[in-house]
Order: sequence, then C-alpha cells, then structure tokens
Amino acid sequence: MQAFFATVYIIWLRDVKRFTREGTRILAMLGQPLLYLLIMGQGLRSAFKMNIPGFDYLGFVYPGVIGMSVLFTAIFSSVSIIWDKQFGFLKEVLVAPVPRASIAMGKALGGSTTACIQGAILLILAPLAGVSLGLGQIIALAGLMFTMAFAVASIGTLVAARMETMEGFHLITNFLTLPMFLLSGAFFPLNTAPAWMQPLMRIDPVFYGVDALRNVIYADSPVRPYVVAQTVTVDVIILLAFSFVMIGLGMLSFSRTE
Amino acid sequence: MFRMTNAIEALTLTRNFKDLVAVNGVSFTVGTGEIFGFLGPNGAGKTTTIKILATLLRPTSGRATVSGYDVVRQAPSVRRAIGMVFQDQSLDDRLTAEENMLFHCVLYGVPRQDALIRMEELLDLVGLSIRRKDLVRTFSGGMKRRLELARGLLHRPAVLFLDEPTLGLDPQTRSHIWDYIRTLHHELGTTVFLTTHYMEEAEVCDRIGIIDHGRIIALDTPSGLKRLVGGDVVMAKTADKEALLTAARERFGLPGKLDDEMVYFETQRGESFIPELIKAVPGILEVRLRQPTLEDVFLKLTGRAIRDTGGGILDAMRVRRTVHQRRRQ
Repeated sequence: MQAFFATVYIIWLRDVKRFTREGTRILAMLGQPLLYLLIMGQGLRSAFKMNIPGFDYLGFVYPGVIGMSVLFTAIFSSVSIIWDKQFGFLKEVLVAPVPRASIAMGKALGGSTTACIQGAILLILAPLAGVSLGLGQIIALAGLMFTMAFAVASIGTLVAARMETMEGFHLITNFLTLPMFLLSGAFFPLNTAPAWMQPLMRIDPVFYGVDALRNVIYADSPVRPYVVAQTVTVDVIILLAFSFVMIGLGMLSFSRTE
Repeated sequence: MFRMTNAIEALTLTRNFKDLVAVNGVSFTVGTGEIFGFLGPNGAGKTTTIKILATLLRPTSGRATVSGYDVVRQAPSVRRAIGMVFQDQSLDDRLTAEENMLFHCVLYGVPRQDALIRMEELLDLVGLSIRRKDLVRTFSGGMKRRLELARGLLHRPAVLFLDEPTLGLDPQTRSHIWDYIRTLHHELGTTVFLTTHYMEEAEVCDRIGIIDHGRIIALDTPSGLKRLVGGDVVMAKTADKEALLTAARERFGLPGKLDDEMVYFETQRGESFIPELIKAVPGILEVRLRQPTLEDVFLKLTGRAIRDTGGGILDAMRVRRTVHQRRRQ
C-alpha cells in the first residue's frame, strides 16, 4: 500500500516537474483561456439571448469556458502516457516492484493538476466576465475543478492505457472530447435543449462539472434556478462515481501482463 | 529443504506470438555471481526471454525462476530482485540525471539517505558526477547508457539484466560500457544476464548460450564453445624449422605443418602451449596465436554468419514481427 502511494506521488511529481519546465506550454496555458473567454464569450454573447432579466450571457458562458478548458487540458495530458510507451520510460515503471495500478492513478492526478492550473488562470479572469468571487467561492471552485479534471483525466488515462500509437489516441480522444464539450451545457442550459439531447447531456461528466461551477458562482444569485440543473451535491456525487469507474478501469488496464 | 538456488533457472520456456514461436522450449541455469550471455542474431528470441524473466511477458508454457522466485506466480518478488537495462532507452530526458536516479529509488523503496549515497557512488563509477544536474536530453547516447546502467544498480539487484547494452553505440563507447559492466560485476558481485549480437563482446561472459530461431543451440564457456570449431593455431618462426618440428613431435606429440616462413601447430590450449614451446625449443624468433572466434562457432552451428539477418524472407519477417510485438507490449 505504501508502495502504491509512493509511486502515485513520484509519477505525479514527474508530470508536474515536466510541466513547469515547458515554458511554451505555460505560455499557451495563459493565452488559451483568454481566447476562449474573449472570442467565444463575446462572439456568442450577441447571438444568444437569455430570457433572464439583468443577466449577461457572458456570465453564463464563463463557467462553461472553465469546464471546456479543464476538459481539453485534462484529457490531452494523458497523451504523455503514449509518449512514455513509445519512448520506453513506462517500462522503467512496469519492471519495478510497484503495483502497476499506481501508474494510472499518478498519471490521472498529474493531468488533473495541470488542468487545474489552467482553470485557476481562468478564475483570475473572472472580472472580465463580470463575475465577482469571494475567497470561499474560489476555494470551492478549485476543488470542483480538480474533481472534474480528475474525472476527465481518468477517461484519458483509460484510453491511453489501451492505445499504442499517438494516432490511435488522438482519434479516440477527439471522438470523445468534441461531444463532451458540446453537450456540457457550457453554451446553453439543459432546459432549453431539445428533449432528445437532454439525456445525452446527462451522461456527459463535463455537464456535471460545469453545473457544479455554476452552482457555486451563482450560489446567492436570484438567477441560480435558471442556470443550474441540479444541486452541487448531486453534481459532485455523480462526478466522483464517474471518476471511480473510469480510474478503476484504467488501473485494471495497467495491471494486465501480456 | 534448503538448497542453494541458482540466480536464474529456466525450464522449457516457450512464448508464442500468435503463430510465431519466439522462444521455443529454452532451458538453462545461471549461477549466482555469474556473467551469462545470450548471443544470437536479431529476432532469435533474446529479448523475449529477457522479458519473460523480468516479468514483462508471460511464458506460453514452461517455467522460470529468478533468485528462487517464480516469474509468473511471484512476479513482485522477482521485480524486487532484479535490475533491468532495456534495449531502447528508458530514461525521462526532460528530467535531470539525478531526478531519474531518485525517481528510481522511490520506485524501489530505497530510503532517501541511502539513495543519495548510492547515487553519488554510482554516478561516480560511470563518470557522470559532473553532469548530474543536467537534463538527460543533453546527454550523448553513451552517457545515457551509462546512466541507465547506474540507475539499474541503485537498488542493489541480485540479478542485473542487460538487453543489448551496447546497441547503436560507437566502438569506443562500447568498450567503455563493457569496462563498466566488468567493474560493476567485480565490485558488487551482481549476477549479470545479458544479450548481445556482437560476437567479440560475448567474450566477457563466463558462459554463453547461443540462441537461434528461439532455441539454444549451444551453451558453454567462450573457450568451450570455441573448442567446437577446432583448436588454436600456434605459428612459430625459427631458423631451423626441421629441428622445431622434430622437437615438438617428441616433446609434445604434436605434428606440425610447415610453409615457407612458419611452422604451424594445432592445439586446444594455445596460450599455455606457447611458453612451453619456447622453453623446450631454443632459437624461436617469433610466435603468433590464432584462436577461433565465436563468429566461427556460430557459423559452424548454423551455417551462416550472425550478422546477415540470414535465411531469407522468413527471418526478415520474424524480425519484423518481433519488433511489432515489442511495440505492442
């Protein structure tokens, strides 16, 4: 058990170290959310009209942009598993006397951490979206972003565990991320979506993540009933259950010996 | 009942990849403290065998133990007992040499104080102390290999596996790597199991298994293997060739052969024969020794040289398949 946690820690630490050494990646991380928020938010703002008096669309889309940003960063961080397979580093871990399941956990946590940093950058941009946040809210949002990131990174880890090539990984993750992004409720609320689409939105983990963020951001606002689908507790329970299943499958995938 | 366990025991080890038999009923033992080598062409089954022994692949049939532990049923104990240097690089080149080493220590549960001391010693041993803080991506191929060797020893493995430790390195670096392996073996007494397809390098081993098409076709000490192809040839130059011939026949019972310049003797033990000959017969001006190489042995056993990928299209396919399988693992 101790070996499990030590390995999870060292794999996580490696990912974080690698991340902090990549200047361009950090720069991209700063720029990307800004683009998302300004172009998508401002662009869509004029097209979408929400029938809530005194409520700006930008405020609605802001948690959605955070969700989207976390989604992309978390899922694509798993690509490093494929690199590790192709460049041999994974073998160093596979041959070591540690539970292989710890690789999945360490990688998912590493990916969640970088995704969370990306999300945190977006929190700083809250005033641009006309949103003001208290300290309590920021802490709660960080926790929720991490929960969402972990759910998504677990999917990425599971896919990467089963894929051998970069092409295969990108094929599957692109196939998954786009629907996950579009159905997340980032740009339109659940209750305005057509009836056939609503069940699809409800099986998207990012939907619960975005809903949880809105729950916290609009906790004391009169608009809350219009913008959220369920309580934050329900959101978090579903996200955790989802993560549990995905990381479980990912851990199993790594434990097999050919 | 207690018995001394061999470092490695393999019994009719077999591994199939679909319809390809990569390792075919291989049996051998490696004694504790021995340097044992698998010599054979690409695709002969060397890497597959090493992967089975290192618990990275399951055997299709047969069994093997490493340090007394079964490689399938007691895989975690085997992993604790072994160190591994892979054929392809397995360092993280975005981390420093030191970080790679410490990562390894955490994986193997080496306490931090010990880890720092051993890292110091091993980096020193492989001559990388001054580069310890540098990112591995700035290292040359030979430096990376040395770092991998050092890393593989951090947890004091009982058995060290080296899969083609000098593949793709220039001759000078190769000979350095072998110096390190010998030093490591000498200083730490580690059992070493290695694979290579460089004939001259296999000479380092105490014993060599020659493997081809997934089977061991010969297993002996390097000199034992060479005896398979006949003895050493000692050539001597002297003023009086007839006297030398007669003396050799009388004293050693060796019939010599003669050409314009030299007298030739074929013997099983060239090195010791030379001083005896010089002592027994005065007036020898020059002596040369030609010993059979492992290349000769392989040629004799298989009918082909080790470096041509050999018997044509089938062999080429085997190699391709093995490479493919390797990637899939």
